[in-house]
Amino acid sequence: MRRAVHTMPEALFLAVAVITIASAILALESRELVYGAVALAVSFLGVAAVFVLLDAIFLAVMQVLVYIGSIAVLIIFVVMLVRREKWVSMPAGKERILGVIASVSLLAFVGFVVLDSGLTETFISTVTPPSFFEIGRQLVTEYGLSLQILGLVLALAVIGALTMAKVEATRNK
Amino acid sequence: MEPLSSYFLLSLVLLAIGIYGLIAKRNAIRLLFAVEIIINSATINFVAFSRYLQEPVITGQTFSLFAIALAATEAAVGLAIIVQAFRLNKDIDVLELKRLKG
Repeated sequence: MRRAVHTMPEALFLAVAVITIASAILALESRELVYGAVALAVSFLGVAAVFVLLDAIFLAVMQVLVYIGSIAVLIIFVVMLVRREKWVSMPAGKERILGVIASVSLLAFVGFVVLDSGLTETFISTVTPPSFFEIGRQLVTEYGLSLQILGLVLALAVIGALTMAKVEATRNK
Repeated sequence: MEPLSSYFLLSLVLLAIGIYGLIAKRNAIRLLFAVEIIINSATINFVAFSRYLQEPVITGQTFSLFAIALAATEAAVGLAIIVQAFRLNKDIDVLELKRLKG
């Protein structure tokens, strides 16, 4: 199965890349914010497909679960809560030109450096990558401390979100 | 068979799109979209580089898991802040929130 993925032509990668990039642009540029949120979910799905192409099956599953299952749904909820007509008809300001200049120049500089480097001749190695069981082993041994700190951060985020909701509740009385 | 530069260029384009969004957009939710796109581009790089080593390692995927968890945290807190700003200001234009500078 792994061999089948790797002998597949570049067409698959190209299709995934085009879908990911196009929906990322659409997420930022669509007139209606709800469509943008859905396009962002499609872009997350494209990144999950890239992970599958890179043999990172477990990570692709986590991407779909966390990004599309929770983040995208949460964003769509909030978008519907805070919808305003103002944004649909807002003209593009001069920040837009500045943004295009900044991103295109970054793309050009780093892109030329990459195309000039050895990365274009670096191909995937034929050695079988470690199984994803290794992720679990690393999480509890080498990166055990990081995992605990991550748990602390998640707890703090929950406490912070609850606190913000509570302040508003008392203010309304 | 794509070379490593294909994945790098894909993540570079996503990074450029995210930076464009951060500079050009005024809607707070769009800024959050842009940050999520940038985080995704970083995770693609982690996974691609760890897979393309002579002896592939899985550390890149472990780090990407951390990044995904942190992105979820950031989205939750960011959206809570956006909802609060909307309740107080009736708007989520980041330029209207300048008075937070104090």
